[in-house]
Amino acid sequence: MTTTLDAPKRVTTTRRRFRPRAVTADTVCALLGSAAGALGLTWLLYEAVLPLSGVLGFWLVAYVLFLGFYALVTAMTVGGRQAVVDRLVLVLLTSAALVVLAIIGNQIGYTIYRGWPALAHLGTFVTQTMALAGPLDPLTVGGILHAAVGSLEQMGIATAISVPLGVLAALFLAEVGGPGARIVRAIVEAMTALPEIIAGLFIYAMVILTFGLRQSGFAAALALTVMMIPFVTRSAEVMLRLVPGALREASLALGASQWRTAWLVVLPTARSGLTTAVVLAMARAIGETAPVLITAGFTQFLNANPFDGPQTSLPLYIYSYVRLPQATEIARAFGAGLMLMFLVLVLFTLARVLGGKEPHAK
Amino acid sequence: MSASTEPLIERPDDRPRPIRAAAAGSDRVFRGVLRGGGAAVLAITGLIAFFLIWRASSAFRQVGWSFLSTGIWLPDQNRFGVGSVLPNGLFIALIALVIAVPIGLMTALFISEYAPHRIRSALVSVVDLMAAIPSIVYALWGVFFLQPEILGTVRWVADHLGFIPFLRVPGGDTPSFFTSSTFMAGLVVSLMVIPIVISISREVFAQAPQGEREAAYALGSTKWGMIRTVVLPYGRGGMIGAIMLGFGRAMGETIAVSLLISPVWTIVTHVLATGGMSIPALIALRYGESTPEMIAALMAAGLVLFAVTLLVNALAGIIVTRSRSGAQTS
Repeated sequence: MTTTLDAPKRVTTTRRRFRPRAVTADTVCALLGSAAGALGLTWLLYEAVLPLSGVLGFWLVAYVLFLGFYALVTAMTVGGRQAVVDRLVLVLLTSAALVVLAIIGNQIGYTIYRGWPALAHLGTFVTQTMALAGPLDPLTVGGILHAAVGSLEQMGIATAISVPLGVLAALFLAEVGGPGARIVRAIVEAMTALPEIIAGLFIYAMVILTFGLRQSGFAAALALTVMMIPFVTRSAEVMLRLVPGALREASLALGASQWRTAWLVVLPTARSGLTTAVVLAMARAIGETAPVLITAGFTQFLNANPFDGPQTSLPLYIYSYVRLPQATEIARAFGAGLMLMFLVLVLFTLARVLGGKEPHAK
Repeated sequence: MSASTEPLIERPDDRPRPIRAAAAGSDRVFRGVLRGGGAAVLAITGLIAFFLIWRASSAFRQVGWSFLSTGIWLPDQNRFGVGSVLPNGLFIALIALVIAVPIGLMTALFISEYAPHRIRSALVSVVDLMAAIPSIVYALWGVFFLQPEILGTVRWVADHLGFIPFLRVPGGDTPSFFTSSTFMAGLVVSLMVIPIVISISREVFAQAPQGEREAAYALGSTKWGMIRTVVLPYGRGGMIGAIMLGFGRAMGETIAVSLLISPVWTIVTHVLATGGMSIPALIALRYGESTPEMIAALMAAGLVLFAVTLLVNALAGIIVTRSRSGAQTS
C-alpha cells in the first residue's frame, strides 16, 4: 500500500441541475401516448362506429381526443387543475403556431407545385409576351415579359414618388413634432390600412375622370404611391425614433443647425433601417392587385411606356388569366404567381440583410 | 444633510433663464419643407375624401337615403344601394376574424412567451413573410386548393349542425351548393388577417413588464397563470387594436373575395351556402361598366367603405396608442 495521494478526482455530481423548462421523459411519454391513443380511437370511430368520412374531419376529431387524453394523463400523473390547464395551454398555443407554419408552408409549396409547369419553360416564359399566344396555345408559347416590365416600372415610379414624400413626413413627425404631428400620425395610422381598392378608385376619380388621362402604367403607379406613402412614413418614423437622442444633441451642441443635424447625423444613422422600410414597402407595392386593376388597363402586348396606353403588371396578369377556363391559362397564372412570390421573397430577404444592423453610434 | 438641498446663496431672481431658440434661416426653410411633407400626407387623405364625395354626389342625389337600404345593384334602372353588400361584406369580415383572432393571438402568445430564443426570431420572420405575400397569391391558393379540400368538412357541418339556423344549407345536395360561399371567402381573408393580429399583439405581449411577471412567478403562479394575470391584462388594449385593424383589413380585401365569391343581392342568411358579396369585390367586378351613372354608384359604394374603414382604423390606432402609453417615452 503506497501512501501517495491520488490526484484528486473530478467530482461528478449525480444530482443533475433542475431545469424548470426542460423536456422530461414524462412529458414526452404523456404526449406520445395521448397522441397514439387519440389516433387509435379516432380510427376506430371512423372505421367501425360512426358514419363519418373526410380527412380533415379525421384530424379534427383526433386532435380533440388528443387534448382530452393529454388532460387526463396529466391529471393522473401530475394532478391538480392548474397543472392540467398549464399543460393544455402549452399544447394549444404550440399547435396554433404549427397551424400557421403549416399554412405558410402549404401555400408556398402549392404555388410552386402549380406554377412549375409554366416556369419549366423559363426561357420563353420570361422573354415572351402574350401577344402571339392564343387561348389554346401550349405553355411553350407566350409569357410574362410585358407584365414583369409593367410591374417593375410601376413599382419604380411609385417608389420614386412615395419615398421622398414619406421620409419627409416621417422626419416631420420625428424631428419637428408638435400638435400638427399628432394629427398627421393619426391619419397615417388610419391610412396604412386603407382598402387597396379605394386607392385605385381615388386615382380613377382624380386622374382618369377629372384630368382626362387614359388608363396607363403611370396612373397605376400613382395608385400604388397612395398605398405606399403611409407605409413608408410609419416605418420610417419608427426607424428615425430609434436614433439615439444623444447623437442629435451632440450635433446641436457642436453648433450644427437642425437641418444639418438631420442630414448629416439622423438620416445616415438610420440608413439601414430606412432602406429596410423602403424595400418592404416595395415588396408590398409589387403585389398589390386592386389599385392596379382599375387604373392600369389590361393588355397582352409589351408596353414599355408607362405614360401612354394600358400596361399590365404581374398581379393583374394573374387576376386576368386565372379567371379563364383553359387549363394552360390557369397554369400561366400560377407561373406568374410563383414569379411574383419569388420577387417578393427576394425583396424581403434583401430587407432582412440590409436591416441587420440597428441604428447606433459609429 | 438637509441643509445642502437649500441654495447656498439666497438670490430672489434665481429662476431658469428663458431659452428661446431663434431658428436660423436655413432651419426655417427646413422645417417648412418638413411641414410640407406632413401636410402632403394630410392633403392626400383629404383629396381621397373630396374626389370620392364629388364623384359620388350624383349617385346620392339620384337615390338619396335609400342608398343605404336598397339591396340590389342596378344603376341603369336607378335602383342601387349597399343595403345587402355592406352587411354581406361585414359577415365575411366577421367570419375572417372568428378564424384569425384565436389562431393569431395564440400564435402571438407562443412566439412571445413559449418559443425558445433560437427559433423566436425565425418565427417572427416567417410571420412577416406571411404578411408580405401578395393577396392574389393567397387568393389562388384559397380558390384552387383550400376550397376543394375543405368542402367535405363544410358539408358535414351543414348536414349535422344544420339545426343552427345560419349553418343550414337549403337544398344542399351537391358540392356546388357549398362553394363560393360567404364562409369560404371569410376563410381565405382570414389568412391575410392572421399576420396582422400576430405582429401587433406579439409586440404588446412582449412589452408586459418583467417585474410583474416575476412577481407572479414568485407568488407560485404557473406559466399560464402568469400569462393570464400579467401578460393578457397588459396587452388588452393592443389585442383590441389588433382585432380592429384586422377587421379593417378584412373589410377592404378585394381580390380574394372577388375571385371566390358568387354574387348575391340579398342579405346572406346561410353563411355556408353559395353566394355573398362585399363592397371592394363589387367595385372590382363592376368597374368595367363605363357609363357615368354606374361609375358614380361605385364611387358612392367606395365612399361608404372608405368611411367605415377609416373610422375603424382610427379607433384602433387610438386604442393601440393608449395601451402603449406606459411603455413609450417621448
